[in-house]
Amino acid sequence: MEGDDIIEVRDLEHLFGDFAAVRGISFTVRRGEIFSFLGPNGAGKSTTINVLTTLLPLQKGRVHVAGYDVAREAGEVRKAIGIVFQDDVLDRDLTVQETMEFHGRLYSIPREERRAQIDDLLRVVELESKRDERTKNLSGGMKRRLQIARGLMTRPEVLFLDEPTQGLDPQTRMRIWEYIRQVNGAGTTIFLTTHYMEEADILSDRIGIIDHGRIVVTGTPAELKNALGEDVVYLETEDDRRVRDALSGIEEIRSVTDSTRGLSIAISADGSQCIPKIIDAVRSAGIGISSVNLKKPTMDDVFVHYTGRELRDTGA
Amino acid sequence: MAWEFLTVYWREMIRFVRFRAQLFSSLLQPALWMAFFGVAMSSNLDRFASAIPAPAGVIPLDYLTFMAAGVIAMTTLFTSLFGGMSLLFDKNWGLMREMLASPMPRTHIMFGVSLSGMTKSFIQVSIIMAFGLLLGVQFFPGYSATRIALSILGIFAFVAAFSLGFLLFSSAISMRLESPEGLQGIMTLLTLPLFFVSNALYPIQAFPPLLQALSVYNPLTHLVNGIRYFALGSDFFAVGAHYTSTTADVLGSFAYLAVFAAVMYLLARWTFEKAVVT
Repeated sequence: MEGDDIIEVRDLEHLFGDFAAVRGISFTVRRGEIFSFLGPNGAGKSTTINVLTTLLPLQKGRVHVAGYDVAREAGEVRKAIGIVFQDDVLDRDLTVQETMEFHGRLYSIPREERRAQIDDLLRVVELESKRDERTKNLSGGMKRRLQIARGLMTRPEVLFLDEPTQGLDPQTRMRIWEYIRQVNGAGTTIFLTTHYMEEADILSDRIGIIDHGRIVVTGTPAELKNALGEDVVYLETEDDRRVRDALSGIEEIRSVTDSTRGLSIAISADGSQCIPKIIDAVRSAGIGISSVNLKKPTMDDVFVHYTGRELRDTGA
Repeated sequence: MAWEFLTVYWREMIRFVRFRAQLFSSLLQPALWMAFFGVAMSSNLDRFASAIPAPAGVIPLDYLTFMAAGVIAMTTLFTSLFGGMSLLFDKNWGLMREMLASPMPRTHIMFGVSLSGMTKSFIQVSIIMAFGLLLGVQFFPGYSATRIALSILGIFAFVAAFSLGFLLFSSAISMRLESPEGLQGIMTLLTLPLFFVSNALYPIQAFPPLLQALSVYNPLTHLVNGIRYFALGSDFFAVGAHYTSTTADVLGSFAYLAVFAAVMYLLARWTFEKAVVT
């Protein structure tokens, strides 16, 4: 095992009856990084997370988390990880303080340390004033913050965040991103799943995309976007026809097509570096330019590129 | 020794106190049984019972006193059978995952829930005894204070063993079910034979042979035997039947309940160890 890999998954397979939810995936998460695990509904994300967090038994393959084998050392894995579940997993009738107490006691954290941790974490997620409030009276954002605080109580080496910002307003989401970065900055490895591509893009060091139970690609957000080679420059000029000839000498240009407003030029390399060349070429041909626009692929494009367009909710 | 089950217990008790409606109904229900069923039945049965005179030297007891032990047993049965319900809520709200993903041994979940169910039964039993005395139930006839204290301990020991068995059973069933409605159905179905094929409300001496044989295997019968032994003594006459019991009989009943609890423990442990909740 690599010393720097905090999660190591080799040939993981998982069946539910006849249905193969996960079909032999392998990936690693490096210590200290934010790793995002993306995939359409039913792609195998939850199954993988559940195996990694020991909620599902390992059927086939090898999985190490924080240096422990999930099959043989589940107890050690459980001590080393924190989990923020997808839906609001909070006892409605416990107060904020009691929710934290309960969790700390489940992990046998000694009283003094537990109290100190609760104070610290409630301050971090700005819930100090809600200590004695029952969780059913908290807003959606507060509930999520409380769960993040709870997941951190045990000072985990890896924090699993399953859709941490689902259904939250933009302000709350950004605040939660800040917490995630803060936690990660303090040394905790983050394993994140999300449906928000922009969230994965902004937060992650690396991204793995899973579909139909297989990992289709892994890489940094920049690598994934650049690999698509789908930078597009939109150009409006006085004379689109002559522009085509003027651009023929630029080798990064893959195609030039008419679009609703001017020309759409597909670039195989970094589009922003290609724009000056395009402008020079068009100007030297004596053609006036009225507007230039660059569109880089987003994580949405990357996601759709690798997982296709059809809807998944209908089947699984 | 690990004490994490106390954490589960602590939370269960917080819930018990906070769910006001549940709290009050659980405390009120046994009192209502005593007040209405008990008083109504005894006013009828005591008239018939006087037709069969008690043997010489044996104390005849009124029906209310006789059935009070049955109400204690019945309340313990109901509370214990539904004791696993909170596990179903935990499962449905996803809360179970927090516990299953923690390093706490899984058996502690059922221990915590069982201990809280037992505590609830103790509270209910205390209320029934206090309320019963107000209504004129003649528990502990002519006992000294020490003997009363020991008798109450004896009753609690029986209630503890009996409720532990059924709480573990209820927890195991809940762990396998999907919905509270399912548990409700199963437990209601079990309640009827357990309650009526027992000596809780009437003597089994007059049962047809088959029912009589069955009632001997019913844990509820053994619980009632224990309660009556401690509350009413080893020799009394009620509802036209003469009851005598020896120390060996009572120890036998207790052993039966202990074995029942042990078997339920094995069943529950097996269920919890292999439970998958995601």
